[in-house]
Amino acid sequence: MSVEPHANGDVESAAGRSVFVYEGPVRLWHWVNALCIVTLAATGYVIASPLPTVAGEASANFLMGYIRFAHFSAAYVFAIGFLVRIYWAVVGNHHARQLFLLPVADAAWWSGLFHELRWYLFLEPTPKKYVGHNPLAHFFMFLFVTVAGVLMIFTGFALYGEGKGLGSWQDALFGWVIPFLGGSQAVHSWHHLGMWGIVCFAIIHVYAAIREDIMSRQTMISTMISGVRTFRE
Amino acid sequence: MVETFYETLRRQGITRRSFVKFCSLTATSLGLGPAFAPKIAHALETKPRTPVIWLHGLECTCCSESFIRSAHPLAKDVVLSMLSLDYDDTLMAAAGHQAEAILDEITKKYKGNYILAVEGNPPLNEDGMYCIHGGRPFVEVLKETAKDCKAIISWGACASWGCVQAAKPNPTQAVPVHKVITDKPIIKVPGCPPIAEVMTGVVTYVLTFDRIPELDRQGRPKMFYGQRIHDKCYRRPHFDAGQFVEQWDDDSARKGYCLYKMGCKGPTTYNACSTVRWNGGVSFPIQSGHGCIGCSEEGFWDKGGFYERVTDIKQFGVESNADKVGGTVAAVAGVAVAAHAAVSALKRARSGSGAGKTEQGDR
Repeated sequence: MSVEPHANGDVESAAGRSVFVYEGPVRLWHWVNALCIVTLAATGYVIASPLPTVAGEASANFLMGYIRFAHFSAAYVFAIGFLVRIYWAVVGNHHARQLFLLPVADAAWWSGLFHELRWYLFLEPTPKKYVGHNPLAHFFMFLFVTVAGVLMIFTGFALYGEGKGLGSWQDALFGWVIPFLGGSQAVHSWHHLGMWGIVCFAIIHVYAAIREDIMSRQTMISTMISGVRTFRE
Repeated sequence: MVETFYETLRRQGITRRSFVKFCSLTATSLGLGPAFAPKIAHALETKPRTPVIWLHGLECTCCSESFIRSAHPLAKDVVLSMLSLDYDDTLMAAAGHQAEAILDEITKKYKGNYILAVEGNPPLNEDGMYCIHGGRPFVEVLKETAKDCKAIISWGACASWGCVQAAKPNPTQAVPVHKVITDKPIIKVPGCPPIAEVMTGVVTYVLTFDRIPELDRQGRPKMFYGQRIHDKCYRRPHFDAGQFVEQWDDDSARKGYCLYKMGCKGPTTYNACSTVRWNGGVSFPIQSGHGCIGCSEEGFWDKGGFYERVTDIKQFGVESNADKVGGTVAAVAGVAVAAHAAVSALKRARSGSGAGKTEQGDR
């Protein structure tokens, strides 16, 4: 079931009702992912623009090495987590699938998206209720978690494969990305822009989650911890 | 009767001893085991000499300049005696109609059995009039000569990628060789110019083993372009340690720290400079204190400044880079979030606690 049913008027979303939405693996993935993204963005930034030169002999220091190690380790966790999350989208409940499917053919979804947009522009007095993600959040999560995540994994492993060398599995699987995007330098630039895209998403995502937790008619932050969404009215 | 390589060399006055030395050195430089030296010798002694035609398109002759300075004198002698005897309009003695007659003769006599080396590239605009070869557009000569060749060697960044004449806006519509010739095996030997030993190594490999070397995804010989400058750079320990040159005249520069922050393109450039080096292994750009400019990479002229690590993104119209774009967008997002939060709080306060949630109901 790809389309999130609008819960309006549904018994599920009656005031005071609680619905179990996000299963354990989805919640665990969310927080592991959050940690990975913070690590990847911070280390990635200082890989592109390194910290000031350290003093002493080269043999006594390994700063850039450790930073790159942290970046690559977090990247592996991020990529493996992404694969596990895809697996869970198949075996988990229908909310687990929402992140990977955009119901672009559904008119009600579009009208919900524009309603949500008007709610953020202060043009609507009340938001609608959703058991899963609201359509606007759904749209941006698809764009900046699913699409950008894939972009970062592909470009990232392509760049990592350059260091691992010809014949490594990273090179065999992702090496084609380098000529496809016009060379190593261009892949670096795309990887970098992808980072900024995800950073912007994270800023808005955290703000929207806190705001909706306060102002909308359902729980947000506690839902990603307990998995249960409670409707307030 | 077509003579063998060995006969040609002996005729050129090269001794047997020098010849055997060359064979073992070639085996080493190609990364082959000692058992291959006699095999190379055997091949050169018995195989009929494969002629090489060297065409010049839109170029600056830096590839030829590099080539004739090959550090190993014998390699130069050997390859030059293999090449220039046939056709290289820059190096050969013949000129004018005589030269063109030789070109015609080789392509007929050795039909399907000669190697075509191309330095420079063909411009396509105005029917190829921006590069005239013997009174005809170069692109015509190239197509004609390539028709019956066994394989093509694309010398340098021009023939491999397009180089400076194909940089934006590319008024002559110069294109690399593989955009014009699509039905022949092409070996790309990029660089501006390529390293002399790499050039002679590739030619020797092709001529002795009668096959093209193993190529990577983009058609470059793996033996020379399989790794980045960065992977074998002698300053790499300083990179891993986090020791960088911050300014051209600082203490780090004098100590020979990593040039990453000065825009060195070593981490994104595939070439053999950090191992083979230049001018007989004397030095290479990074060893001389300047970052790599990435001259063997595709479209390196259009890849932003030579002195920036995070390069410009020209598509945005103004000069900008990923950090400026990303940082600006992130700052705007942050400010927007703060403003939106303020308005939300204000609106909530004005409508009274929880008032925004009453009435209306669900539609």
